[in-house]
Order: sequence, then C-alpha cells, then structure tokens
Amino acid sequence: MASREASFIAMKQGKLRYQIKKSKTSYLMLAPFFVLFFFFTILPVFASILLSFTDFNMLEFPEFVGWTNYIRLLVNDDIFLIALKNTLIFAVVTGPVSYIMCLLFAWIINEFKGKLRAFLTLVFYAPSICGNAYMIWLIILSGDRYGYLNGLLLKYDFINEAILWMKTEKYVLPVLIVVQLWLSLGTGFLAFIAGLQTVDKSLYEAGAIDGVKNRWQELWFITLPAMKPQLMFGAVMQITQSFAIADISIQLAGNPSVNYAGATVVTHLLDYGTVRFEMGYASAIATILFILMVGTNKFVQKILRRVGE
Amino acid sequence: MAKIGYVINGKRHFFKPKDKKINRSRAGNGMLFFLMIVFGILMAAPLVMIGNNALKPLDELFQYPPKIFVRNPSFENFKDLFVAMNSSWIPFSRYIFNTIIITVGGTAGHVLFASLAAYPLAKHKFPGKNLLFRMVILSMMFSWTVTQIPNYMIISWLHINNTYLALILPACSFGMGLYLMKQFMEQIPDSLLESARLDGASEFYIFRKIVMPNVKPAWLTLAIFQFQQMWGNTGSMFLRDEELKPLQYALQQITGGGTARAGASAAVTFIIAAIPIIFFLICQSNVLETMTSSGMKE
Repeated sequence: MASREASFIAMKQGKLRYQIKKSKTSYLMLAPFFVLFFFFTILPVFASILLSFTDFNMLEFPEFVGWTNYIRLLVNDDIFLIALKNTLIFAVVTGPVSYIMCLLFAWIINEFKGKLRAFLTLVFYAPSICGNAYMIWLIILSGDRYGYLNGLLLKYDFINEAILWMKTEKYVLPVLIVVQLWLSLGTGFLAFIAGLQTVDKSLYEAGAIDGVKNRWQELWFITLPAMKPQLMFGAVMQITQSFAIADISIQLAGNPSVNYAGATVVTHLLDYGTVRFEMGYASAIATILFILMVGTNKFVQKILRRVGE
Repeated sequence: MAKIGYVINGKRHFFKPKDKKINRSRAGNGMLFFLMIVFGILMAAPLVMIGNNALKPLDELFQYPPKIFVRNPSFENFKDLFVAMNSSWIPFSRYIFNTIIITVGGTAGHVLFASLAAYPLAKHKFPGKNLLFRMVILSMMFSWTVTQIPNYMIISWLHINNTYLALILPACSFGMGLYLMKQFMEQIPDSLLESARLDGASEFYIFRKIVMPNVKPAWLTLAIFQFQQMWGNTGSMFLRDEELKPLQYALQQITGGGTARAGASAAVTFIIAAIPIIFFLICQSNVLETMTSSGMKE
C-alpha cells in the first residue's frame, strides 16, 4: 500500500518535472516581471505582515509582541472602529455607484466617433489626470459666504448663514462621498473604454437578427458578456480604490477630521505610520484592510460571473 | 481573417459598408446626450480652472471671492516661471533629462514586462500558473503605505538607492498592469495562436506579431496609467542627489515659494497637468485607430 502510494507520488513528480521542463518558454517570459515583483512587492508585503506582530518604531530593531497589535486595534482603539465604519460606508456607497458610472459613461462615449470621442474621454477622465483636481472643491466648499456652494444656497434663500461644510460633522461624510464619486472615473473607466473597443462589431448585427430590440438589451446580452474580463478587472480596481480612500479626506477634512467624521482605515494607518511612527501597529491596520478587501473581492467576482445570464 | 475586403455574415464586401446604427432610438440618444453635457461640465471643471488660473495676472489670482474665468489673460505667469527656473542651482535641462529617463524607463519597462508575463498567464498551461496570478491580484490589495518601509530597506540592500533604478525597477513590477494585460489577452481566440504555431512561429514571435497588435488598446491604456504614475513621482524617498531628481520635484520647489511665486506656481500646475494630457491624447487617438484595422476576430 505504502509503496504504491510512493510510486504514485514519484509518477506525479516525474510528470510535474516533465511539465515544468516543457513550459520553459512560459517561465522565460514570466521571469523579468516576476523577479522584480518578488523583490519589490512580495517581499515587502510579507515583511509588513511580519511587522504587524511586532513593536517597531523605525529606529530600534522590531520587537516581537504576538497578537498585541491586533487586540489593541479591535478591542481598545475606538477611533479605528469609527474609521472602519466610515470605510465600509464609503465602500458600500461609492464602490458600486462609481463602478456603474465608469461603465455607463464608457459605454455612452463609445457611441461617439473619432476626435470627439477622444475629447469626451479626456473631459470625463480630467479629474483623474489633473494632479490636484480636488483643489476646486476647496473653493466650492469654502466655509464662508464666498464659497461657491454657500454663495449659491444663500442667494436663493435655502440657508440663512454660511455653513462650515468640512467642519460640521454631519456633512463631512456625504460631501466626501460626492467628491469621491466625482473622482471615480479613473482606471476602471479607461479599461472599459479600451474593452468596448475590442467587442466584435458583428455580434451586434447577429444580435439584432436574433431579436435584441434596444440599446439596453444590447448592453446586457451582448456588450457586457463580451467584456467580462474587463468587468472583473474594473471590479478589483474599484475595491482597491473604495477601501483605500484617504487623500481626499485628508485634503478636504484634515487628519484628524472634526470628531473623526472623515476618518477612514487608511487615514488611521497614515496617522500611525507617518506621524506616530508606530510601524508595527500601522502594519496590523494594513493587514486587516487587506483581509477585508480580499473577502469583498471573492464576493464581487462571484456576482460578476452571472452577468448576462 | 480576411486579407482583402470585409466579411460580414459570411459575405465578402470589397468596400467598407457604411456603419449602420442598429438598436438606437432617437429619444434615447437625446437623453444620453443631455446626461453627457450635464456631467461633462462638472467633470471638465478642473481643466477649465487650471487653464484659466495659468493665464490670470497676479491681482486676479488673489481676488476674493475667486472667479473661475480670467478677465485679462496674460503670459506673465509663464515668464515668472522661466525666471524662477533660470535662477535654479542646477540647470533645468538636467531635471528634464532625469524625468525623461525615469518616465520613459518606467513606462516602457512596465508595459513590456507586464505584457510579456501576461501572455503565458493568459494563454499557456504550466505548473504554478494559478498561484502566480493569485499573488498578483492579492498584492494589489495590500496598502502601499506600509510596504514603503520594507521597500526602502530592500532597495538599499540591493544597492540601487540613489540611482534611477530605484524608481524604474519597482515601477516595472506593479501588479495592476499585468492583470490588465492578462484580461485583454484572454479574449484573443486560441485558434489564431494555434494556426501561427502550426506555421512554426515561436512563442516570442507570436507575442510580438499577433498578441501585442491585437491588444493595442490595452497597452496604450496601460501606458497612460503608468506615464501618469511616473510623471507624478518626485523621487524624494530614493533620490538624494540633486542632479538625479526629476522635474516634478523641481517644479514643486517653485510652488513651495509661497505668495511671491503664486503666478509661477499657477503656471507650474498647468504644465504638470498638460504633459500627461498630451500623452493621454496621443495614446487615446491611437486606441481609436487600431480597432478598425485589426484582424482580431475570426
């Protein structure tokens, strides 16, 4: 019995060795990317996960502390819980909405031709390409009478006095969500634009013969199934973006924001990593965020497999 | 794949048939057009603001409440910028040279390596394939902020600190590019590759002559993303020597000059946005050209 198992394993090993030998070209093509990937991505990620079990102030050698960081984070850190709640709200609202916006606008722009199309793509991609585009929101949301939003609301008597938008707890999160949505036509959007280009045009004609009646049916039954790989890609990008919102919160609401109304997991992480230099703790935050994203991704990919069915 | 003419529903046409729009109602067109205008104005706002600010003379820049549109446009700000550039300790041409090396190296290297690795992941079968691909996806979900410290240590350990390579090599290995390329390459029909193999083409030849031309929209898009990343990099973490620093760093020094440099920094903001936009437009118009001539589908 044991020897039979052993020979079975040996056979498998032989087969594996044969397969590896046969795939020499594949490995050769993978090598340049994956060698760099190992050094500059895999190693740092593993190092960070290890650091999350240590106390590390970036000056002294890290000291192993077991699960302490995680326990402190989940049990004693009230601000982390606020940040986690905000991040989940962000992700649940902006994630699906900006994903659909990316898809919808890419699809509409795809109806245009030539230079007009390139121009429209630029217009919609503008917030992502103009370095500090959120600057415009500082003027719009300025807390005095001269801020554009306050000015408009005062003029038409919706409000009696100027509102300090980014200093009033109840406005912070909704305003940040709006700004984030405005910024959301980024990576996924351009990937969809490129994906729509690769959809076989003759499918549409065939579809029209088969009884596809309007553009919405065409979208659902032909276009979307044909660009499933891009939809998957867009979803991953969307998850990594909506869970990692931090920049706009820090720029518009400050870090720390009023009563932590704009705190997210990543602003919390930045606070510990770049201000307090508690890298062990910051790494623990990153690891929890990582687990959260991986779980969400599993769930979303499952849903996307059903598109067009 | 027809070499001459166009094949539609099995019939060969020698002239390109006029694109007939199917399944498009006029009401729907109107509605979508309206939606585009409303959102387009919102989205274009930063472009409009940056352009106008660059042309505003100082008194208009400091005007309160701020106006979006410029009233007396002038090129004063750009003149101020040139004065500031000429007074810099290191000649500006050096910064421009550094930026070109870093941006071109990081963009071309990433697009090439990511595409080359994406091809076997999309189209070959070999042991370890799923593991490698899963690692790439997972890596995209780990916060970049915390990996910076280990990254710094690895770069020092490899002795490439304070060289261009410290920026270029990590940029070549971002997971996102590989994922994007792999997703597009999956759509290439296997029969196309199989017939090339039967003709005795090597895998590298197939990659160069069949795969890459067919996924041109993908790698042009990837080039846009990567160009933006590299162009925005100030290199402050890894480059110590002033002579190695990129343009972005030098320009931000000018912006940091406070109110005295307000005009110049409006011009800087304009230039910082303009370069990626020009690159974007070049790539996007090429994306459009490709698909009309590609023989991707059977």
